Amino acid sequence: MDNIPQTLKYTQTHEWVARESNDVWTVGITDHAQKLLGDVVFIELPAVGDKVIINKEFGVVESVKAASDLYAPISGEIVAINESLVDHPELINQDAYQQGWIIKIKPQAPEQWEQLLEAQAYSQKIS
Amino acid sequence: MPFIPHTESDIQLMLQEIGVESINSLFDEIPSALMINDMPEIPMGLNEMAMMQLMQSRAKQTMELQCFIGAGAYEHHIPAAVWDLTQRGEFLTAYTPYQAEASQGSLQLMWEYQTMMASLMGMEISNASLYDGASALAEAVLMGIRSKSKEVKPCVWIASNIHPFYRQVLHTILKPHAIPVKEIAYDPTHGVVTLEALETQWQQEKSLTVLVMGQPNFFGRLENVDTITDWAHEKDAVVVGVVNPIAMSWLKPPGQWGKSGADIACGEGQPLGVPLAGGGPYFGFLCSRMSLVRQMPGRLVGLTQDQNNQPGFTLTLQAREQHIRRSKATSNICTNQGLLVTAATIYMSLLGPQGLKQIAQQCYLNHQVLVQQLLAIDVKPCFVGEHFHESVWQLPADVNKVLETLCEQGIAGGFNVSPYYPSLENALLICATETKSSEDIEHFVKMLNAAIQRSHI
Repeated sequence: MDNIPQTLKYTQTHEWVARESNDVWTVGITDHAQKLLGDVVFIELPAVGDKVIINKEFGVVESVKAASDLYAPISGEIVAINESLVDHPELINQDAYQQGWIIKIKPQAPEQWEQLLEAQAYSQKIS
Repeated sequence: MPFIPHTESDIQLMLQEIGVESINSLFDEIPSALMINDMPEIPMGLNEMAMMQLMQSRAKQTMELQCFIGAGAYEHHIPAAVWDLTQRGEFLTAYTPYQAEASQGSLQLMWEYQTMMASLMGMEISNASLYDGASALAEAVLMGIRSKSKEVKPCVWIASNIHPFYRQVLHTILKPHAIPVKEIAYDPTHGVVTLEALETQWQQEKSLTVLVMGQPNFFGRLENVDTITDWAHEKDAVVVGVVNPIAMSWLKPPGQWGKSGADIACGEGQPLGVPLAGGGPYFGFLCSRMSLVRQMPGRLVGLTQDQNNQPGFTLTLQAREQHIRRSKATSNICTNQGLLVTAATIYMSLLGPQGLKQIAQQCYLNHQVLVQQLLAIDVKPCFVGEHFHESVWQLPADVNKVLETLCEQGIAGGFNVSPYYPSLENALLICATETKSSEDIEHFVKMLNAAIQRSHI
């Protein structure tokens, strides 16, 4: 059974989003996504300060099976990246929602929060 | 049973089954302007005996020639053991080593190759080879561009004294990417790239992502690699060295150029145990610093440990390749020149660093002998300064005519560079490797002189 925390929001492209505050949203990929990918071997991260645009690529996650684009759930600026993923990409497999977080974004249009999927909708999507 | 698997009635049956009238209608999508119906250049089939006779008569035309050509492909002595071992069934028939547990021998060999190439180039990593020197250069340049931020609009500079065919391939491969390639002028007296030329170009372009230079360059001249590398690094550019692997056993390898070394080394691996064979197959090598490893195209073999802590070899970093990355693959390179790499690995291990160095020295010395003798006849060196094992000479006669005359004497006398460098009129690139004895060189210069005198008349 996939782990889909109720407190988070989700994208159609399998990213999760946590609203730490109005100014910081944390983004990762879901438990479901990491299971599909298999062992994650590398992650291509953006740089702090880069601008991201909603639904556009901001990085690539590589597993032994595939290389997949990561899509921004919101437009804004990167304020932090999870540097421990550089040496330990397996954190995404082990702990997708905590230690496996990928980036933190300062949102440009916080109302975009409303367009994200609730846990239940995401659960339906992947079932 | 015919060799062609489908008879006319098979074809009709298949067309009927899928409800199509003719084979041509299967290719409807292709615009008729792109279809070629007649190919008069391709002759009709021959029977086996006639084909053998034709091939033998053609082989006779080339087999006996004493080769002084060089220009990117070099005649070297290849110890008999190299191809005796390479042609063993285990190597000759080995399939692509995706299944590591069944391919440990092939994988170990590639790993040894990578280790030796990286060490020869003074670099941290090597891939398991590419198609040839020119494609290795194009891949090296793309690799350099990918290593830069996507915000940077790329601009590639290449020294115009790099092999003209390599430059053509680079233009061909970079054109669809819309990446501008600028050629750096060489100094007409010395045949090398100077800081002044770089500064002049910088004033015009103000943009440089990847700088490509040769060592030795196409004219056989040795470049001031340290100064150029440092200059390019000051401009925050990636430095790609196109080098001759034999020369690198003796000269300073790219990894040691300037204060921090070139970033990528590439070139043609043919001098390492691969016969000239009428132009191929050859292999390209590609080495770089570790920080660029994820941008490196082609295969890489890694050494690992299995569950029982036993060493094992496997293709690694495959995520860059098509079967994983698909449309996001680093390049469309999907294999390596396995058999030629086998020969090169055996060649390098038989000779060792000391043996390779001796060959490089012998090439250099033989070329010196050649130069001394050429200076005594009616030809002029085009460039002043140190050469490795080839140099360009201006003849007081039509180069093609001279080459034809030499050919009749059993000598492949050099490479006519004039069509590629119009400012170098009647210029001949001549090479002497370790395979030439003093007598060979003496004979060649005598014949060259005679051919020139004959062309005068």
